[in-house]
Amino acid sequence: MSLAKRIIPCLDVKNGQTVKGTNFVHLRQAGDPVELGQKYSDENADELVFLDITASHEGRKTFTDVVRRVAERISIPFTVGGGINELKDIDTMLNAGADKVSINSAAIRTPELIDMVARHFGSQVCIVAIDAKLEEDGNWYCYLNGGRVKTDKKLFDWASEVADRGAGEILFTSMDHDGVKHGFANDALALMSTSLPIPIIASGGAGCMADFKETFTKGKSDAALAASVFHYNEISIKELKQYLRTEGINVRI
Amino acid sequence: MKVAVVKYNAGNIYSVIHALNRLGIEPLVTDEKNEIEHADCVIFPGQGEAQKTMEYLRAHQLDQVIKGLKQPVLGICIGMQLMCAHSEEGETDCLGIFNTTVKRFVSTEQSLKIPHMGWDTLTELDSALFKGLQENSFVYFIHSYYVPVTEYTIAQNNYIHPFSAAIRKDNFYATQFHPEKSGRIGEQILQNFLNIVRT
Repeated sequence: MSLAKRIIPCLDVKNGQTVKGTNFVHLRQAGDPVELGQKYSDENADELVFLDITASHEGRKTFTDVVRRVAERISIPFTVGGGINELKDIDTMLNAGADKVSINSAAIRTPELIDMVARHFGSQVCIVAIDAKLEEDGNWYCYLNGGRVKTDKKLFDWASEVADRGAGEILFTSMDHDGVKHGFANDALALMSTSLPIPIIASGGAGCMADFKETFTKGKSDAALAASVFHYNEISIKELKQYLRTEGINVRI
Repeated sequence: MKVAVVKYNAGNIYSVIHALNRLGIEPLVTDEKNEIEHADCVIFPGQGEAQKTMEYLRAHQLDQVIKGLKQPVLGICIGMQLMCAHSEEGETDCLGIFNTTVKRFVSTEQSLKIPHMGWDTLTELDSALFKGLQENSFVYFIHSYYVPVTEYTIAQNNYIHPFSAAIRKDNFYATQFHPEKSGRIGEQILQNFLNIVRT
């Protein structure tokens, strides 16, 4: 036996409520984040991710309150992300009880932020989220602001820089696969996972249980993150883990 | 029951406090010698770096306080490593409760990434701390340094090679993993520790 592959439900939170988009645009409501987080924890989810997609100041305060309530209730590790721009934001989230923080646009704008987070709080706290898209020139390019703004950063260069700067994990979302439910971007994932010394979390594309198996085998992912398939009960985490175990994948049951 | 959680410059002690709250305990989070010494049990938690945390403990005379405790003590993660004699992290001399050295993992293949981070199993369980638990129960680890298997070992994990997932000497218990982050299994371990305190 070795380290278990992790299943991570992701909850997008807006004004204290869970929502999930398709291709980052349309949003539907899917319940109270603390209740939902507890339900996933009871079903043996390995970690949780809460992403704040609120822009307003009021919304930020509501989110901090959600984080505090999650920390009181839930006894598995959880990550928070969305709108994390500086050390002060990270300090607020860790003080509210989060275990890890995911940074995305801010890391692209100010790569030194990764070094600072690693130095101040430790690499284990620092997940760098990368949203990328495969373009016609055959390269993956990273995007900012929830996939709205293209950058000239290429995925593999950026992933390797992020690891060098002290990120603890990379959360990679393929924008081409996200919300489409036809499986994860396993070629790109495998390339990162076999060349970088830190764990890679696959995100974007889960549609059926076999997609998870494929990202652990072909994609060499250390963890797989999904949202809507869990929120709308299309896949139960319990059944998913049973399935993965019968398929020879080491998971925690 | 009076439970003291040692307050020092190690990260994330909130999860320990919340986990105790869920078991009906309102711990006292303190760096006061008197309060720590008069608690029924002491929890020494945290994430952090050996050298900086050890410097802080010495500067606040907490090193002598912790070493001298007679009631049950539970060290967690960096807490466990600081209870050993020496750590390769910053070549730091530690508390010396456990006469062993904390070593850095050296990976033998690319897929064995460091830190050892995530859910992994407990084997060779040998303590009241693990009462009611089955071999191969999953708990949450996050660490780059490890305590070798020694006479103190009361649970093992195998990552790269076997190492101590938990150790014990007299009233001192310690876990490399985070019981406060290990779901129901972790709650059982914390409850077992409280039961040890009560008996």
